[in-house]
Amino acid sequence: MASVSAVLNSEWTKIRTVASTTWTLISAFVVTVAMGAALSALLNAQFDDLPAAEQATFDPTFVSFSGMVLGQLAMVVFGVLVVGTEYSSGMIRTSLAAVPQRGSFLFSKIAVAGALALVVGLATSFVTFFLSQALLGEHGTDIGAENVLRAVFGGGVYMGLIAVFSMGVAAMLRSSMLSLGILMPFFFLVSQILSAVPGAKSVARYFPDRAGSKIMQVLPDAMNSDPAPYGPWGGLGIMVLWVVAALIGGYLVLRKRDA
Amino acid sequence: MIEAVGLTKRYGAKTAVHNLSFQVRPGAVTGFLGPNGSGKSTTMRMMLGLDRPTSGHVTIGGHAFRSLPNAPRQVGALLDAKAVHGGRSARNHLLCLAQLAGIPAARVDEVLGVVGLQDVAKRRSKGFSLGMGQRLGIAAALLGDPQVLLFDEPVNGLDPEGILWVRNLMKRLASEGRTVFVSSHLMSEMAVTADHLIVIGRGQLLSDMSVKDFISANSADFARVRVSTDRPEGREKLTASLTEAGGRVMPEADGALRVTGLGLPRISDLAHAAEVRLWELSPHQASLEEAYMRMTQAAVDYRSTADAKAGLQPPPGYGAPGLPGHVAPPPPEVPQQGWYAPPPPGQNPYAAPAAPHGPVPAAGTAPAAPADPTTRETSEDPR
Repeated sequence: MASVSAVLNSEWTKIRTVASTTWTLISAFVVTVAMGAALSALLNAQFDDLPAAEQATFDPTFVSFSGMVLGQLAMVVFGVLVVGTEYSSGMIRTSLAAVPQRGSFLFSKIAVAGALALVVGLATSFVTFFLSQALLGEHGTDIGAENVLRAVFGGGVYMGLIAVFSMGVAAMLRSSMLSLGILMPFFFLVSQILSAVPGAKSVARYFPDRAGSKIMQVLPDAMNSDPAPYGPWGGLGIMVLWVVAALIGGYLVLRKRDA
Repeated sequence: MIEAVGLTKRYGAKTAVHNLSFQVRPGAVTGFLGPNGSGKSTTMRMMLGLDRPTSGHVTIGGHAFRSLPNAPRQVGALLDAKAVHGGRSARNHLLCLAQLAGIPAARVDEVLGVVGLQDVAKRRSKGFSLGMGQRLGIAAALLGDPQVLLFDEPVNGLDPEGILWVRNLMKRLASEGRTVFVSSHLMSEMAVTADHLIVIGRGQLLSDMSVKDFISANSADFARVRVSTDRPEGREKLTASLTEAGGRVMPEADGALRVTGLGLPRISDLAHAAEVRLWELSPHQASLEEAYMRMTQAAVDYRSTADAKAGLQPPPGYGAPGLPGHVAPPPPEVPQQGWYAPPPPGQNPYAAPAAPHGPVPAAGTAPAAPADPTTRETSEDPR
C-alpha cells in the first residue's frame, strides 16, 4: 500500500509542475486584492453619498473583501482543474493503477490542493485587508478591533473552502468542463440573483457562498444586508457541511465507478 | 503470474468480456490478441483494478490488484500513451509516479535513458508524438522494476527502430523471469515477439496456446500450382484430376490454383499423368496473420462495407457530355489478397467485398470527379 506521505509527496509534485496552478492562484490573489482596493478607494471618496442605512452599518472589513465575488471564481477554476484534469487527460488511470486505494488518492490530492488554496487564500485576505484599510483612510478599521481578525482570517478560510468544494464537485462530475459549467454560473449569477429575489432569499442564504461569506462581516448585518438566522461561525459551519457533502459525494463516485 | 477466473464485464446490455479464464505465466511474453472492441483493454483495466468485474476475478501473484502491497513496485502498466497531463514535463510526470512508490528520483533519469527520452525530459509531454508518448508510458511501466508488466498496444505509433526496440525489451524482460503481457492487433509483430498467445473475440476466449501450436492448429498448408498458359484447357483438366484425387482446388485471380489436401509430389504425379505442364508448384505455409484472421473472422465487430458513394455521384449531365462511361467506372480487377489462407470454398468473406474498395480517391471526391473525364479522354483517344 502506497503510504499516505508518499501519495502526498506525489500530489505536491503534480500540483507544482503544471502551469494552471500558478495562473489560477495568482488570478485569485490579484483579482481579489485589486477589486477590494478599488472599491475601498471609491467608497472612501463617496462615503457621504451613501444611504444613511449603509452608513450606519458601514463595515470596512467586509468592504475590503468585495473582490471575493470575482476572486472566488479563480479559486473555483483552481479546484476544478486540480481534480478534473486527471479525468480529461486520462492520467486518472495511471494514478489509480499506482495507488489502488482510491480514498487515499482522492483525499491526499484534496489535502495538498486544499492546503495550498488555504495558504493563498489567507495571504489574499490579509493583503487585501491592509491595502483596503489604507485606502479607506478615516473610514477604515484596525486589525486589533473587535472581531476584525476573525473576519480577515475567515476570508482566507472561505477561499480555501470554495476551492475544496469545487474539487469535490469535480470528483463527482468527473469532468472539468461540466464542473466549470455548473459552478461558475452558480457562484457568479444564480447565487447572487436568488439572494436578491424576495421569495428565494430564504433558501439562497443557505448556499455555500452566501452562508460562508458571513464570516467576513464584522458587524452582524454589514452594509445593510439582510439579517440571517445564523451568526458568522454558524454560516461557516453551513459552508463546511456543503464541502463535506461534496467530498463524500466525490469519494463515493470515485470508489464506485470504473476509472 | 496473472490468473483470470470467469472474468465477466457488462456495460448495461453489452457484454464486453464474457467468462474469460486464463493464466499468464512468468518467464514468457504472452501476446493478447483480438479485433478492435473484443475486450482486450477492458480485461487489462480489470487486471489493474480500474474496472470492477461484473463477475469472476483476476489476481496478480495471488492478490487482487487493489490489495497488492505497493502495487507500482510489483506491476508496471502501459495502458494509454496519451493518458498524461500534457502540461507536465516527461521527467515530472515520472517523478510524481516514482514518489508514489517511494522510488528515488535517480531512477526516473535512469528509465528516461532506457526509453531514449533523456533529451526531451524537460519538455512538456503535450508536444510529444505518439511514439514518444509510448516511450514515456513504457518508462512509467518500468519505473518500479516490477515482476509483472502489462502493455496495451505498445508499438502503436512507433517507428521501425522503436518497434524493434520494444520487441527486444519484451523478450529481455521475459528472459529475466518476469511476466510480460502484451496486447496487440499486429499479428506479424506477435509472431516474432510472443511465446504464448491468448486470443479473444467478442469478449470470449478463442485460443490459449503457444505460438507454434497456434499456427499449426489454425493454418492449412497449401500448394500454389500454375499451369502453362499456352494450353488453357490444361487448367480444367488438372483441376478435375486433382479434385478426383481428393484435393481441394481454388482458382486464384491471376490464374494460379490453390491446392489443399495433396502433397507436392502427388500433385506433380497427377499433373504428369494428366499430361499438363506446370510452370509453378510451390509450398505455402499460413502465417500467424492468416491463422488469426481465420479464427477471428466470426468475431469481428467493426467490418468495413463497400463504399458506394451514392450521394456523391455527380448529377447526370454534369461534367463532360458525350462520355457516358464516366458516371460509373467499372471497378478495376483487384487481385485476391495474398495473405488470406485457403478457406473452405464459398466461405471467403474477404474476396467479394474487397473488390469495390479499389477505386477510392485519395481525398475529396468532388475535385476528383471533374478530373476523371480528362484522364478517360486521353486513355480512349487511341481507339
